[in-house]
Amino acid sequence: MPFTIDYFALMPELVVVATMLGVFTLDLILPRARKYWTATMAVAGTTLAAIPLVLLAAEGTTRSMFDGSYVVDEFAVILKGVFIVSAYIVLLMSHHYIESDRYYQGEYYFLLLASVLGSLVMASSRDLIVLFIGLELTTGPLYLLTGWRKGDAKSNEASMKYFILGILSTAILLYGMSMLYGLTGEVTFAGLAEATMGMADEPAIVVAVFGLIVGFGFKISAVPFHFWAPDTYEGAPTPVTAYLSVNSKAAGFVAFLLIMYQALPGLSEIWAPALWLLAVLSMTVGNLAALRQSNIVRLLAYSSIAQAGFMLVPFAAAAVAGADLAEAFSATVIYLVIYAVMNLGAFAVVIAAARKTRSGEIRAWSGLAQVDTRLGVLVTVFFFSLAGIPPLAGWFAKFAMFRSVIIAGGTSTVVLAAIAAVNSVIALYYYARVVKSVWLDDPVGEFAPEVEAAPAGSLRLALLVALAITVVIGLFPAIATFVGDASRVIASGG
Amino acid sequence: MEWFETWALTLIVFLPLAGALLLGLIPGQNEGALKATSLLVTALAFVLSLVVIGQFDFSGVPYNTYQLEVNETWIGAINANYHLGIDGISLPLLILSTFVMVLSVIYSLNHWEEPRNPKAFLILMLILATGLNGTFVALDLVLFFIFFEVVLVPMYFMIGIWGDRSPRRIPGFGREVQTRLYASIKFFLFTLFGSAFMLLGFLALYFASGDASESGVRTFDIVELTVLGSEGAFTGSFAFLVFGAMFLGFAVKVPMWPLHTWLPDAHTAAPTVGSVLLAAIMLKLGSYGFIRISLPILPDEAANWAPAIAILAVIGIIYGSLACLAQTDMKRLIAFSSVGHMGFIMLGIATLTDVGINAAVIGMVAHGLITGLLFFLAGSMSHRYHTREMSRLGGNMKLMPVMGGILAFTAMASLGLPGLAGFWGEFMSLVGAYNPLDGLSLGVFRTAMVLGAVGTVLTAGYMLYMLQQVNLGEPGEEWQGRQFHDVDRFEMTAWAPLVVLIVVIGFYPKVIFNATTESVVSLVEMVFS
Repeated sequence: MPFTIDYFALMPELVVVATMLGVFTLDLILPRARKYWTATMAVAGTTLAAIPLVLLAAEGTTRSMFDGSYVVDEFAVILKGVFIVSAYIVLLMSHHYIESDRYYQGEYYFLLLASVLGSLVMASSRDLIVLFIGLELTTGPLYLLTGWRKGDAKSNEASMKYFILGILSTAILLYGMSMLYGLTGEVTFAGLAEATMGMADEPAIVVAVFGLIVGFGFKISAVPFHFWAPDTYEGAPTPVTAYLSVNSKAAGFVAFLLIMYQALPGLSEIWAPALWLLAVLSMTVGNLAALRQSNIVRLLAYSSIAQAGFMLVPFAAAAVAGADLAEAFSATVIYLVIYAVMNLGAFAVVIAAARKTRSGEIRAWSGLAQVDTRLGVLVTVFFFSLAGIPPLAGWFAKFAMFRSVIIAGGTSTVVLAAIAAVNSVIALYYYARVVKSVWLDDPVGEFAPEVEAAPAGSLRLALLVALAITVVIGLFPAIATFVGDASRVIASGG
Repeated sequence: MEWFETWALTLIVFLPLAGALLLGLIPGQNEGALKATSLLVTALAFVLSLVVIGQFDFSGVPYNTYQLEVNETWIGAINANYHLGIDGISLPLLILSTFVMVLSVIYSLNHWEEPRNPKAFLILMLILATGLNGTFVALDLVLFFIFFEVVLVPMYFMIGIWGDRSPRRIPGFGREVQTRLYASIKFFLFTLFGSAFMLLGFLALYFASGDASESGVRTFDIVELTVLGSEGAFTGSFAFLVFGAMFLGFAVKVPMWPLHTWLPDAHTAAPTVGSVLLAAIMLKLGSYGFIRISLPILPDEAANWAPAIAILAVIGIIYGSLACLAQTDMKRLIAFSSVGHMGFIMLGIATLTDVGINAAVIGMVAHGLITGLLFFLAGSMSHRYHTREMSRLGGNMKLMPVMGGILAFTAMASLGLPGLAGFWGEFMSLVGAYNPLDGLSLGVFRTAMVLGAVGTVLTAGYMLYMLQQVNLGEPGEEWQGRQFHDVDRFEMTAWAPLVVLIVVIGFYPKVIFNATTESVVSLVEMVFS
């Protein structure tokens, strides 16, 4: 049965593949001193990949391939856009960092782009197999990328932990997926949605769904599947950590969203309460653990765990009978988009500050604003945005999240909203503690002189882009709601 | 003036923010330009608010009609709009906000606290001004929430960077902490906690408005929600939970006992101008929220909660006064006096009558002027004496007669001396408590009235105690032979208008009542009958 391949729909992926191969080839040809051209090529390629994406968005038609297994609709285009923009920012962050580290460069960009390709595939996947391929393509290169600093014991530890736990959870995920197939005979989401309607009381289905939750829960570092996150985030090179905390997490969430809302809406009475529990645990454990951290990257790791908890909150709304799934779906997408930008900004600031403080400890950041006011302002903007303080973007993410659960009604969701409210206050404490160190404390120890500590041009650009988006979305949240609305097509059975 | 009507409020709210951005571009060494810009921007906002008075229609306009309205789509997807407007209740508060802000800038011009950084301090003041002005004119719940929260960050930094650096030991913590660090994060966390629940309440109202309205469209608009609420659309346990959630948010800001514990620390630790802005304007955000949002949208629930609010208010009055009597630190005494005074304001609101709410509004304005001036004086005195301990401060009248005189005047105003502004708030809220809304427990309210009256005696007690300790008597040994420069020009320019206004409002409260009475009477009629 010949399939027609819609090359226009596949154009973003094809451009990324071409860039990957180009980077690889360039790496073979270039002398050591010029290897950073691979970075430039990667950035250029990513920017080029955005062009067909914009054209696809402008055109607006839904393109379906392989019998509905690979669909490029509004949701897919938007998520691909998010993946490309965040990959772009990560590439900018990596440019100088990897070069100054003097480790393999061409391979780094090749693997990163491979991961980006995986996430692009995932956004379009509408059946279990393509989803799995996309998910594995996203995380496979990351196992290698986290261990980039081969001489550093922490980096090796990060990679090992991530790999071992990763393949374990992938195995459980596959087990769940195969059981789903076995019970329903369907692989496509549309087919699964039909087949699982009314199957909620089958014990075997519950096992299958839990397998999926475990597998995806690992990817989004939800409690109790989060144990890899702090060590992996701390050990990996910081741009890779940024990529992990944003793209990889977003990819995991996309998988969650697609499967739960499109493939298994009929089983919401199974997964929604489980996700309620996951949300509460992630928020609470993440926040409480973050309060005790002294290392900035570990703090951001636990903060990402807590933020994943916040993003899971709208899922629980689906448990309420008659709830508007599209509302909950769009709330998570909005939160995801805003979180991506804020978190990337935060990690970019960490890289910039690390050049000055030459340490990963938060204590070393004391008095940073006295030597570099602009860096201090950036720290304030991104960390307060993560806390959800208006008028920075984070407030709208929290707002959308609260809105989706309050609108659903029902006691369990109102309780969840109250828990989320308390958690946002707890979270503020550790975000404010970083800001306080920077502004209110006196410096401990020496800062690196301006000459060697100035952030590279690419890092500046990354910071600027993240800052601009954070401030603009904060003042004009209509941009974010547009994203949320456009992606509703998924949850309303589109 | 067509353009003025559409642009006035937007300018008043956002001019300070524009000024802050401009200040960001001016280099820190160019202090003249910094001071001139901030003075210009705040003065302009104040002048605009005066012109607003000129344009305001004081004739009997029913409640829920606003003047100088602006209503533009902002976040269409959730029907949250950029809706600003002013009526008789918010007008005096807006004037208070712009007025005290411009006086604070004047005072700041030659009073900088360590670490000296005029640029940063002025930028934070201007951002704060935007948040404060915006809250009073916002007519959309999301917009209100944004402005309500925007004030937290500048105040956090003002207390954190320029606050009191003396160490203190907090019970339960092993090591000592600098007061400013403790006070700033306590203030931030406490108010954020309240605001988080307030947001949940707002969202619940939004959700319910969809069911309640005929068109089925959900809205965040305060005007539309008031219409729905006064028709009794929000009832039952839903209304109870929503009122409770919003109560948390507003009560922390007021502050009501027992959610007041952030206030003494924040006020005492803050730099002078920070304390002034906190006391004079920020506290009003909470009680304004009650009057503008809680009462009109959830009237039946308000009636249910009124006795509880009255009791908490009275506890606040008595507790605040007793705590004042125990203080040795002058600024902390004035901070607790704020708790007491806001208790009178909340008692007025709890009566749910026109007399009571009118008392609350004039009480808010009076408290703003009086306590603002008190904190100015306390700050100036601590700047000169380098101490706030009242036991060491005796005989101020002999060392600095003008400052002592103004202090005596303000203390008298604060304790509610008839003829000065403070009298009206206290007196009228007690009168209002005698005759609460029909159906409210007379027993509770009249007891509250009696206890409130006892509270006025206690208020007089601690204020006179402070005066005696600080102003009267002989100067201590340590001050012998020292020259203290009395009130300088900047201080006088900042304080004289406050003194004048306190007297004017005291003798002729119609200045305020002209604006508020119509709105308050119509509010009570529309909502509670």
